[in-house]
Amino acid sequence: MLLIDCPYCGKRPEVEFHCGGEAHIARPEMPTAVEDADWGSFLYYRTNPKGLHAERWLHGHGCGRWFNALRDTVSDAFVATYEMGKPRPDRDEATASSPSNA
Amino acid sequence: MRRFSLTSLLKEAANGHQGWERQWRAPEPKKEYDVIIVGGGGHGLATAYYLASVHGVTNVAVLERGWIGGGNTGRNTTIVRSNYLFDESAGLYEHAMKLWEGLSQELNYNVMFSQRGVLMLAHNHHDVISFKRHVYANRLNGIDNEWLSPEECKAYCPPLSISPDLRYPVLGGALQRRGGTARHDAVAWGYARGADSRGVDIIQNCEVLGLKRHPDGSVAGVETSRGTIGAKRVGVVAAGHTGVVMSRFGLRMPVESVPLQALVSEPVKPVFPCVVMSNAVHAYISQSDKGELVIGAGTDQYVSYSQQGGIHIINHTLDAICELFPQFGRMRMLRSWGGIVDVTPDRSPILGKTPIEGLFVNCGWGTGGFKATPGSGHVFAHTLATGEPHKINAPFSLDRFRTGRLIDEAAAAAVAH
Repeated sequence: MLLIDCPYCGKRPEVEFHCGGEAHIARPEMPTAVEDADWGSFLYYRTNPKGLHAERWLHGHGCGRWFNALRDTVSDAFVATYEMGKPRPDRDEATASSPSNA
Repeated sequence: MRRFSLTSLLKEAANGHQGWERQWRAPEPKKEYDVIIVGGGGHGLATAYYLASVHGVTNVAVLERGWIGGGNTGRNTTIVRSNYLFDESAGLYEHAMKLWEGLSQELNYNVMFSQRGVLMLAHNHHDVISFKRHVYANRLNGIDNEWLSPEECKAYCPPLSISPDLRYPVLGGALQRRGGTARHDAVAWGYARGADSRGVDIIQNCEVLGLKRHPDGSVAGVETSRGTIGAKRVGVVAAGHTGVVMSRFGLRMPVESVPLQALVSEPVKPVFPCVVMSNAVHAYISQSDKGELVIGAGTDQYVSYSQQGGIHIINHTLDAICELFPQFGRMRMLRSWGGIVDVTPDRSPILGKTPIEGLFVNCGWGTGGFKATPGSGHVFAHTLATGEPHKINAPFSLDRFRTGRLIDEAAAAAVAH
């Protein structure tokens, strides 16, 4: 089980959290204006990287708040957590900001 | 290829088993092939086998990063069934089931296919309605599936507890008698041996690093850790690593890779006659011919390539097993492991063309690909040989994520895959 560092509550066990999938996927402003292929891409296509992955997490059985996290999908280690709406930190910055999880 | 028979067994028994030859060669890659298959698991090897045996395409290479059958083929819980709800899925999985039924004979290799029955338990009203709907839909498609009362479930599988005071009482079950298990490694080895004897090159320790394309964009070959190899057509059958391979080819895919876990107990005498699945409490269990209880757990909730999952996932499964089968409460578990499965949004596989001319993909089998191995290989071989999908795999196109014509087993079925 992962130990996840909620930016609001601190380290808590994974069972308190729900993973909301890949982060930073913007819904098209005007769904009626996009082509089928672009809409399909928004709905279904994912980066699925082997390495650093930006994803959304919900601390459902805790503070109830969403946040973003950078996680290494090979080791499952969390590299950083950051607020919803903030841009994805680059790797050096992320590693530096959260050395305990690196 | 030296055939296995009673005569050859007796001969080798007298000879101290010193005369058996290698089951497949370890060839150096040629400069060019008609078809290259990326991924030497059951599905990839079956594809190569049917390309050679059905379509006469023998200038084929299977490129495997590690060793054949070392990924999900060697990690699954070996359950075979075809009781899927929708017509498209029923067609695909039943096609596989029919091939399973003659597979040992066809390959001259004992895949230990055992039709001991797959019993899916219903624990609540929704399960009962859903499973009965499955039973009727399956029968309309000519697939055997029958509804059993709790007492009939108990008679079919005596270790099962149908006590009404269970937390999730058994309200009945759907039984597919033709379902069962097979020996997973033997499936990979049997197909490898059959393909190799027909001229297919199985090249292990060969990682695919990129795609070579003609000026018009079509496939020219692949870059590998053992050099560039030319090909007219390339089929990617890389299971959990499909996304990784396709990203090297510059394509995004509608799949996400997650760990799926399984575990086995210490071996005991025959005690468990069939396969039991319980989707509501999430557990599958069967007993291997070695005597180990083989138990399948669920997936983790996040993307991972770690080949290990959370301990709470297998704890949850074992809680359910101990409740349904109280006599297993004191058994010790020997090993647990994870495999990386590629899951599509509709939980149905993708078999067909890609946006790149000459590049085909067979992926997205998620948590239930083993059962489909022969059928998947058979129709994908047709696709690679002719350039067009077989009518069985035509609905499973990549394009369905654009058109919206999904095959939504996940939402409609209430079943694990």
